[in-house]
Amino acid sequence: MSLKLKVNNAVSTVDVPPDTPLLWVLRDVLDLKGSKYGCGIGMCGACTVLLDGQAVRSCQTNVESAVGKSVTTIEGLSPDGLHPVQVAWEQVDVPQCGYCQAGQIMTAVAFLAKTPHPTDAQIDDAMAANLCRCGTYPRIRQAIRQAVKAGAAVHTS
Amino acid sequence: MRLNRRSFLQITALTGGGLALGFFDLPFASAQFDPQAALSPTAFIHIATDGTITLMAKAPEIGQGVKTMLPMMIAEELDVDWNKVRVEQADLDDKYGGQSAGGSTSTQSNYLPLRRVGAACRQMLISAAATRWGVPAAECTTTPGRVLHAASERSFSYGELAGDACALTPPSMDSIKLKDPKDFRIIGKPHANVDNHSIVTGKPLFGIDVKVPGMLHAVFAKSPVYGGKVKSANIDEIKKLPGVRHVLVVTDTPANSAGTPDSQIEPGIVIVATGVEPGVVIVADLWWQAQSARSKLKVDWDFGPGATQSSEKFAARAAEQLKAPPTDILRAYGDVDGALKTAAKVVEADYSYPFLAHGTLEPMNTTASYKDGKMEMWTASQSPAAGKSQIARALNIPPANITVHLTRVGGGFGRRLNTDYMLEAAWIAKSVGAPVKLLWSREDDITHDDYRPAGYHSLKGGLDAQGKLIAWRQHLAAFGEGGRVAGAVDATEFPSGRVPNFASYTSAQPLLLRTGALRAPGHNGYAFVLKGFIDELATAAGRDPIEFNLELLNATPIPMAPAANGRRGGNDTLNADRMKGVIKLVAEKSGWANRKKVPGRGMGFACHYCHAGYFAEVAEVSVDAKNQITVHKIWAAGDVGNQIVNPSGAEAQVQGAILEAMSQMQQEITLTGGQVQQTNYDSHPLIRFDQQPEIELFWSMSEFGPTGLGEPSLPPALPAIANAVFDATGKRIRTLPLERSGFSFA
Repeated sequence: MSLKLKVNNAVSTVDVPPDTPLLWVLRDVLDLKGSKYGCGIGMCGACTVLLDGQAVRSCQTNVESAVGKSVTTIEGLSPDGLHPVQVAWEQVDVPQCGYCQAGQIMTAVAFLAKTPHPTDAQIDDAMAANLCRCGTYPRIRQAIRQAVKAGAAVHTS
Repeated sequence: MRLNRRSFLQITALTGGGLALGFFDLPFASAQFDPQAALSPTAFIHIATDGTITLMAKAPEIGQGVKTMLPMMIAEELDVDWNKVRVEQADLDDKYGGQSAGGSTSTQSNYLPLRRVGAACRQMLISAAATRWGVPAAECTTTPGRVLHAASERSFSYGELAGDACALTPPSMDSIKLKDPKDFRIIGKPHANVDNHSIVTGKPLFGIDVKVPGMLHAVFAKSPVYGGKVKSANIDEIKKLPGVRHVLVVTDTPANSAGTPDSQIEPGIVIVATGVEPGVVIVADLWWQAQSARSKLKVDWDFGPGATQSSEKFAARAAEQLKAPPTDILRAYGDVDGALKTAAKVVEADYSYPFLAHGTLEPMNTTASYKDGKMEMWTASQSPAAGKSQIARALNIPPANITVHLTRVGGGFGRRLNTDYMLEAAWIAKSVGAPVKLLWSREDDITHDDYRPAGYHSLKGGLDAQGKLIAWRQHLAAFGEGGRVAGAVDATEFPSGRVPNFASYTSAQPLLLRTGALRAPGHNGYAFVLKGFIDELATAAGRDPIEFNLELLNATPIPMAPAANGRRGGNDTLNADRMKGVIKLVAEKSGWANRKKVPGRGMGFACHYCHAGYFAEVAEVSVDAKNQITVHKIWAAGDVGNQIVNPSGAEAQVQGAILEAMSQMQQEITLTGGQVQQTNYDSHPLIRFDQQPEIELFWSMSEFGPTGLGEPSLPPALPAIANAVFDATGKRIRTLPLERSGFSFA
């Protein structure tokens, strides 16, 4: 089935069954490898992308439901990789293995767009559903605080 | 083209004796660890004529930071500006020396060899400059990226000298001078992960991201019971599904499978593979097609003898064994039974911990392409050389015809020391005659892991009237046969040798399940047991746990003949002064001596030595009315020698290890009918962001050479938390996961 998708502001036509998870269309059809497969059941958050600015689990999102909406992946978060959340992640040296970080960043971006000046409890709540097997949580917290100071909220797609 | 502009330094392999700098306090076998190894600068350093410097990162990057830390060692001695260095991941090649990630060995095994690589190259560049200027080399110095002759105020960039340096005779090993550590500009300063920008912008770095022209995608459905075989499967139906190109059936794995030819009974169906586990492989145009086809797959399995196994039976058998005489005496001296009879106080406790899966976030995968007798692979592995040799043997391919590219690895933790998935990918690619990416599903990963072995311990300790430990008896009921026991305690493991009457026993029951190394293998289980029991003894003696531990460390160790089993760890190599150093540091930083007793809140202590590193940790917890534990803070003090190479990466390793310890406390793998019951992160849960404690880390610097940090900070975190829960509640956690002791993390 031919479906028209808008991903990172570029429109593509993909020919896949409508119930294919968006994650696998992004990764293997559109060759955008930034969104990761971690659990396939929406538990880990490594596949998180923005759908009209909302953070969603792309492994649990049928590609059909993304038609007519704007999909933003880690590759399209900023033209130069300099979104304040990305910059903070680099400065704080968050990644260990790095596999979950695209999902962590996309979750943080969507969260800060809605909550530009979060409390620690709000950060806990927002990030609790994104798993990191390496244990980068202390630095993710630090990077979010830093991104807040740098004005992450004004940089949302 | 970058390569065309590059002029490689050509320096032949360095030979000769080593240059000892500092000394290493290490029990490792030299076969896997040689700090004096000579490595060729040519392999590691590329200097382009425009001055671009590329350093090769030799070891697999699994999140432990070696892709940054190891090149830092070269850059320091080469004397270059780190910000101008490019780091590239090396392919698997003998010229790089050992290329594995395990045992927290990268730091100690590379600290001198890689620094010498940088220093040798710097000396070549100085010689080239001195010759051009007609001045003695001794009058030349370097600043980052340039050779200077101060007297004549002349300088050359390294790029300008690279061509000349190629022609020079390399310095002999004993003429290579290394920097005085006080002059370090790169080592010892925090440096961010070199791949950070690629990671935060979603570049394809990992094994799962590999794309090769014409590549197909594979899933591999293996028997739910280890050792099971395929009787039949609805292959014809699966072959008709969208996108499916091949279905391969591995009915059985011959015991002696190396070199067994595949037999193709019809196009797309291959019966009997070589060394891979029985199951059904579905190869499709896209992974999701293969995975969707799998949901329609019906296999009639012969589960075999493994199907009778269950966790309940394991526990019951272990309980019987712990009451019976042991089958193996690891170490016994003095008169432990006599001393227990005469002791003023005897403490008895049974502890246990379960099987655990690794659950690396990136599931197992490898991409392989077989053409004209040559195998090319892209793999996320901790042990690519082992995989290559396994493939060479099993598939009858000369090692010279196997090329292995190393990708970034989405988590290792020991799982990727096992290269089963590399062999599977190679076999599938060879069978279908097209490049194939094999990707395990998360469920495949959790249910076909090589698991951290479970262990059941029975302990008895005797205290004299003064509260001094005079007898220690431990008995581990483990898994194994014929003297091979999974997760055995070392005969010299603390407090072995430091108690006047001592016995360490093992019994074992058979197991049809793969077991393997999980971060701090062995220690991640028995540190919880042994350090929890020491805390129990301190409590029974009415003494402070830290003071009680220090007394044991102050005892003159009773020597044991060199271990026949060659295992590392234990107090044969434990340096009591180093351990006392970290204990005193953590006690001071956590305010241990002045801690206040608050209802529902507690502090716990534990220390542990493994992988050449010393860690003492204090946990502060509170426990609510529902027995939900909040870990507020962990203070950690570590001694890994005289130099922290990359303080940013080092701190990250400790934070990660402590959080992993918390995950391990709440996870278990259980068997019913021989089948693993947990399948994903919902049933094998990781600690969450909102459960993280504050972690504060302190270094105790000693005079020993620097050692690794992947593992040693993990084991003490489990008993420190369990001991803190006792302090808060008066209840001992002796059985993991927490839930089986009536607790959970809030």
